[in-house]
Order: sequence, then C-alpha cells, then structure tokens
Amino acid sequence: MLFDKKPERHVVIIGNGIAGVSCARKLRQRDKKVRITLVSGESPYFFSRPALMYIYMGHLTFEGTQPYETWWWQKQRIGLRQAWVTHIDTQKKWLTFAGDAGGLAYDQLVLATGSKPNRFGWPGQDLERVQGLCSLQELHTLERVSHEIEHGVIVGGGLIGIELAEMLHSRGKRVTVFSREGSYWSNALPREESLMVSDVIEKSGIKLMSNTELKEIVDDGQGRACAVVTGTGERIACQFVGLTAGVSPNLSALKGSTIPTGRGVLVDFSFRSTVDDVFAIGDCAELVVPGGRNRIEQLWYTGQMHGEVLADVLCGDARTYDRGIWFNSAKFIDLEWHTYGEVPPAAGPTVRASVRQTYWEAPDRRHSFRLVWENNALIGVNAMGIRYRHKICERWIAEKRDPDYVFSHLSDGNFDPEFYRRFEKDIVRGLRAQLQETAA
Amino acid sequence: MSAALTDALAANHYGDPKTKRLIKLGLYVAMVPFFLALLGYNGAVGGKALGGWLAFGVVFGPFIALALGYIVVSYRSLTPGIKNDGVQVHALSGRRYSAYLLGALLTSLYILLYWFGGALQGLITLMEPLSQLLRKGPADQWFFYGFIYTLSVCVMGVRMLYRYRHNKYQIFRTISVMFFQLAFAFILPGVLKAFNQPEFYPTYFWPLKYSALFPDDFKWLWNQGNVGVFMAGWGVIASFVLTPFLTWRFGKRWYCSWVCGCGGLAETAGDPFRQLSSKKLAAWKFERWSIHIVLVLITVLTALLWVDLGTITKDYKAWYGFFVGAALSGVVGVGFYPLLGSRVWCRFFCPMAAILGIFQRFYSRFRITTNGAQCMSCGNCSTYCEMGIDVRAYAMKGENIIRASCVGCGVCAAVCPRGVLKLENGPTHKDRFKGAEHPLSDLLESLKKR
Repeated sequence: MLFDKKPERHVVIIGNGIAGVSCARKLRQRDKKVRITLVSGESPYFFSRPALMYIYMGHLTFEGTQPYETWWWQKQRIGLRQAWVTHIDTQKKWLTFAGDAGGLAYDQLVLATGSKPNRFGWPGQDLERVQGLCSLQELHTLERVSHEIEHGVIVGGGLIGIELAEMLHSRGKRVTVFSREGSYWSNALPREESLMVSDVIEKSGIKLMSNTELKEIVDDGQGRACAVVTGTGERIACQFVGLTAGVSPNLSALKGSTIPTGRGVLVDFSFRSTVDDVFAIGDCAELVVPGGRNRIEQLWYTGQMHGEVLADVLCGDARTYDRGIWFNSAKFIDLEWHTYGEVPPAAGPTVRASVRQTYWEAPDRRHSFRLVWENNALIGVNAMGIRYRHKICERWIAEKRDPDYVFSHLSDGNFDPEFYRRFEKDIVRGLRAQLQETAA
Repeated sequence: MSAALTDALAANHYGDPKTKRLIKLGLYVAMVPFFLALLGYNGAVGGKALGGWLAFGVVFGPFIALALGYIVVSYRSLTPGIKNDGVQVHALSGRRYSAYLLGALLTSLYILLYWFGGALQGLITLMEPLSQLLRKGPADQWFFYGFIYTLSVCVMGVRMLYRYRHNKYQIFRTISVMFFQLAFAFILPGVLKAFNQPEFYPTYFWPLKYSALFPDDFKWLWNQGNVGVFMAGWGVIASFVLTPFLTWRFGKRWYCSWVCGCGGLAETAGDPFRQLSSKKLAAWKFERWSIHIVLVLITVLTALLWVDLGTITKDYKAWYGFFVGAALSGVVGVGFYPLLGSRVWCRFFCPMAAILGIFQRFYSRFRITTNGAQCMSCGNCSTYCEMGIDVRAYAMKGENIIRASCVGCGVCAAVCPRGVLKLENGPTHKDRFKGAEHPLSDLLESLKKR
C-alpha cells in the first residue's frame, strides 16, 4: 500500500450468478483499478444455474457447469468470498456475515441475490421432501432424498417444472406435473405450441394433469411429505413435491436493512436504488416503471444484460437499460424452442385486433413455425424443433419487414445442423395461404 | 454402494434393465471362448478339428450378436434426442473402477500386439479361415488387429447411429467412418494381397502413415508396376493436393471425423469416453507444443531419410516408430480411452492432425458459428467436446469457434440445449473471424511488442 495515493473504491457484489458475474467481469474490463469482491454463500465459484438439471441427470459434473477455471478469478483480480450475508448496514457501508465469518466494508454495493421458489401458503409447504429448484443447496437436498422417491409430483408447469420432471424421470421415477392451465405453460406459449409440448411430455412417460391445483401437502407423521391433495380433493401418494409455480426475488439478505423493496429491490432503469451506492440487478431487482407496472425479469439473458449495463453505470456512464427485442429459448425433453419478438400466449391478455398470426406445423407434430404480424410488419417468431438465428430474426423485426421480404429470405434464418431436412418451402406455402385467407 | 449412488446410476437405465442384465451376463460368458483362444486353447481343443470357421463363429458370433442386442435394447424404445443420462456416474464412462480395468486391458492388448505378437497366436490361428478367404494367405497379428478394429468401429458405429438417430449430420458421418474403415482399411488391402499386389491403405497419408513418403518404401512401391506407381503417386497427391484443398473447402473434419480410421474408432468405440478429455487451459498449452513437436520430428526424419545420412537416421527412424508409431498412437492413444478420452492421439500427437489444424486455423472456410445471445453457459458443448476445446468460452461471447484442433464431429451442436452452435462452410475463408480474434494479427502484434 506504500505507493497507493488513496485506496481504490471497493465494489461488493452479493450473489455470484450470471447477473453479478457479468457485472464484475465488465467492470474489470473497463476499470483496471477498482477493487471487486463477489460474495456468495451458495458456491465459491460461478456456475451455470440452468445447468443444475444436467448435474442431477448425470450429463455434466458440477465442475463442468463452471465457465471459468479457478485461476481466472485471480487473473481478473476479482475477490471471492464464500459467506451468507445476514445484515446490510447502509449507513456504515458494512456487510455482516453469518456465523463467525465477520463482515466486509464496501463503497458501492450491488445486490444480485437471485430468486427463490414461490410458496403460496399451502398447508405442508415447509415439510421435508418439498422444495423448488433454484439453488445449489436445493440440488443437494434433492440428491439427499432422491433414493426415497418412487413418485414425484411437480406443482406448476413452467420451465423449472418441466426441468424437475425430466430430472426425476431420468432416474426412472414416476412423475406427475400439475398445471393450472388446460395445457402446458399456456401463459407463455401459444395454444398449438403448448399442445405440442404437452404431447411431448406425455409421450416421454411423464403424466401431465391439466386444470389441476394443489390444495395441501400431507405429512407422513415424521415431517416428510407423503401425498398431495388436489383442488378437487383427490389424494395422490408421492414421496416428493416440487414447487415450481414461479419464482420471486430472494430478499433474505436485506432483512432489517433500510433498502426500499416491493416484490424485489426497487431500482430505476440504471439499477440504482434510492439508497446511495446501493444497486440491484438480475432476478432480485424490481424495475420501477413510472406510471406503469413494475418489471421483474427472471431470465439468464436479462440478468446478463443488467450486469453489463450496471458495470457501465458504475464507471460513470449515464446509461439506462433497454431490453431490446425479446428473445428466449428452452428445451422441453427433446423439443427445442426459439422465440423472438412478440408472440402472444394462449392464456394471456387480449391481443390487439391488428395482430395477425400465421402458423405451420409438420405432420409429425415435432416441428412448427409461427410468424406474428402487425400492420403488415413482422413482430414475432416462434420456432419449435427448428433452430432459428437470433441476429437475423431480430433484424427482420427491427426493420419491420413485410411478409414478401421475410418469406423470400426465410431460409437465411435457419440454424439447423447440416443435412437436416429443411421445412422452409412448406412453411412459406402454408403461411402465405393463411395471410391471403385473413386478407380475404 | 451408497443409496445416493444407486439412485444416480438408475439414470443410466435406458431400455429394460432386466433384459440388459441378462445380455450383460451373456457377454461375460461369451468372453470365455475368447480368453481360451487367447491362451491358445483353441488349437488344443481342436481349432482345426472343429473346423476353422466353427471356432471363429463360436468366439465372435455370440459376442457380436449380444453386443448389438444390448445396443438395440438400450436405445430402441427411447424418443429420438440427446441421451446422456448417467454418463458422468456410470462406472465405465464416469472414470470409475471398470474404466481402469478396460484401460488396463486395452493397453495390455497393444503391448502384446506391438512387442509380443507371439503371445496372441491362439487368436491369430482363429483368424485363419477369414484371412484365407479374403487375402489368400495366412493370418498374422496385424490381420487380427485389423479385424477387431473394424469390428469395433462397425458394432459401436451401430450404437452411434442409434443414439443420434435424430441427427442427420451424425448419421452420415458415422456411416462414412464405418464405410471407410470396412472397405478401404480392411477389405481392400486384403483383396490387394490376394491378387499379389502391395498392401495399400488409400485413406492413410503421410505424415500419419509416415512410410508413404519414406524413400525406401516409396521407391519400392514405384517399382511395382502400374498399380505401384498409382499407389505411390496417390500418396503424394493425397498429402500435397487433396489434403490442402479439402481442408480449405470443408475444414479438418473431412478427414478426422469422416474418413480417418483413428478418428473412426474414436467416433464410434470412443464415443462413451468423449467427455473425459481435459478442458483445462494447461491441456491446451501442452497440446500445442506436443502436436507440433511430433510434426517437426516426422518432417525432419522424412527429409533426412531422403538426404540419407546413414546409421543416425536409421536409429532415428526406429526410435520414431517405437515412440510415436506404436507407443503414442496405440498404447496411449487407444489404451487410455477410458481415462483421458477418445482423442488422446489425435489431440496431442497426430502429425496429420497438426497439418490439418494449421490449414484449418489459417486457411479454411470451416467455422462453428454461434447463435446471438442464446447461450446460457451450461457447458454441455465443452464437456462433450472430445478434443477438449472449451467451446462454451466462445459461445458465451457469441464468437465463431476457429480452433486448429476441432475435428468437426458436430457433437457440441447436437448436445446444445439452446440451439446455439452450428458447423458451417462459409462462402470464403476470409470472413470466418467475424466476431472472433484473428490468429495472424495476434501473432504480428506480439512480435511488434518485442
């Protein structure tokens, strides 16, 4: 410290998921001097959260889910501290850690604490063998009870729900998925796609119970779940209950602090909270929309973008976050899904009258393609079982391309491996006919 | 075994476990005549007396049938798609006890093959009827080796075809390696021998088959009449015209994962072990030194042989044959499959791969492109890369993957759950670094700094 004129500012990031790590990485790229510390009780090193399922299924080792080797953190001079934060003192700018781990002083604090599974007050929701799948600890508890499971019930048919179902199924366990809607994830997928995924799930041997709600989880007398009771009073024996009815911001580190929260940590579009030098990004941030509905974004990609924008903000840039054109992807058992732009779901808010949908499905019900139009311009792409290029779909949507342009350039967007059957001719024929029908 | 491990192992029960246990038991029983033959008992029991074909059938028939049965039972009833459940926990693919056992067996087999061929006499005798039929001559240890090698490629090729039956790239590629091994590396050399022509492997070129351009071998072949001239000429054209052209056009993959026999074995019999390759930066650094050192060694050796410096080159040649030709390509290259992954030879030592890699890095239309920002860093691509390339590091940044070692097997793109990776031949070699760093400019920069 002999040659340091003044100590560099210390940015402490709580949470080493994709949001926190993206922020640390970009911050180091831009500022060689700033001291950066990542604090996490969950894991000493960053791992890919969506890959937790592959560890349980035996596709990957835990080390395999970690994008950076251990030396990388030293090379980047990003300090790592494995500890759970129990208290944040925003006056003294001091974090207190659980147990006798002490604490840490910060100059700027970034909250990137992620999500926890929703628990809607169901009787028995805190029993053993009842859990969600957000953290490494939850993966460990699942692994510990796994050998006791013969039948698992998954409550909530979203992305984590189908992942958890696929995991249990991979070890030869019977799995039942409760879905509140009439078909799988119809509050995110359009009707036809939702039905297609439901079919994929059922053909794989997983039982999908639609229009089914959880009423109660039954105690086996030893504090463990042994059955569930549905909304209609049906009792189903099981040795595991997966709670996957969505996630909400994990605010456990903020208990007793003065940082304002709603559902998540309230921040503006530069991720600043109203407390000086306290920021929040990723799943735990609640973006305040003046005069509108606040936004909580719980995707890998949004976490990454939040982190990178905040790094710029911490470097003094006047930057605000703009999510850009929406995109996402997933894999339902064997079926891949790519989506770009606006694709109205089956069970969503009423769609504007000016929106026109065109949809093509292969006879095998394992490939489909949807284009959504408004005033003759492309606004959304939804592909099942066919890979489509992010950059090209985004450009078509940004440039408001008309059907003639999109149809004549459609094959440019295909991202399937070489020698795969190309469906573009069938797709264009089908979609063009539908557009003419709706025009007439 | 702990309850947790038993539970995790359940993840590998593709197909009916009872049937599979039965077949496994059958496979162990079917191994008995194999070991009897190895110990030379087939002669004593009466290999000749029983009829050569009968002994051959008894040793190999049940084994092949049961192995194919196991594959069919495992994969038939599954929905088409990626099936990697339990790979990391299974005893064989997860580097547990049976992996060490198999590694020991394979290395022993190679040691016997290269240096104690006589010990395999029992098995060689077994090959007699097939050798007579195909080659009109007696069997030797190399014919036995060629047979089990081809058999492994074909049987495990069927497994690969089943596993990737949803993926046309994998299907075509697997059929290709099976065809080239069976037709050009097993049947053709045998038939040539039957017609009293020089034994010739048209799919192996210098410097992998280094003797192709060694002066003695080359001149000898050149003097074997028209067929010999063609073969010698083919060796030169393949190394200096065909290889650069096809690598520019399609990348290294046209050879390493479509034609080559070493690649063929790695892509079929080696598939259960592809995830064992090290992804560490240290391994990449070692690889860049080791593979180019072997390339320099063989280039210098070949040049010296043409200049002809007498005994020194003779010792050098013998030494290269022992260390590289036998120890590294066979004993380590295949023997260590269950411990270090299926491409130890190809990645660290093969001089042909080194040349193809240089072309691919500097002058090829081939690249793996990434799909915008869809990557979520799960690591399936890196884990299942048999060459140990950290594919994810590029995919996360949305950069093209242009790596000398990439053999273009396409498995990274297949296992990606988010549709992020695609193998492509671009319109030109010039645009392949879009979004990625350029090796030549990096090199020039570093030179300038010095």
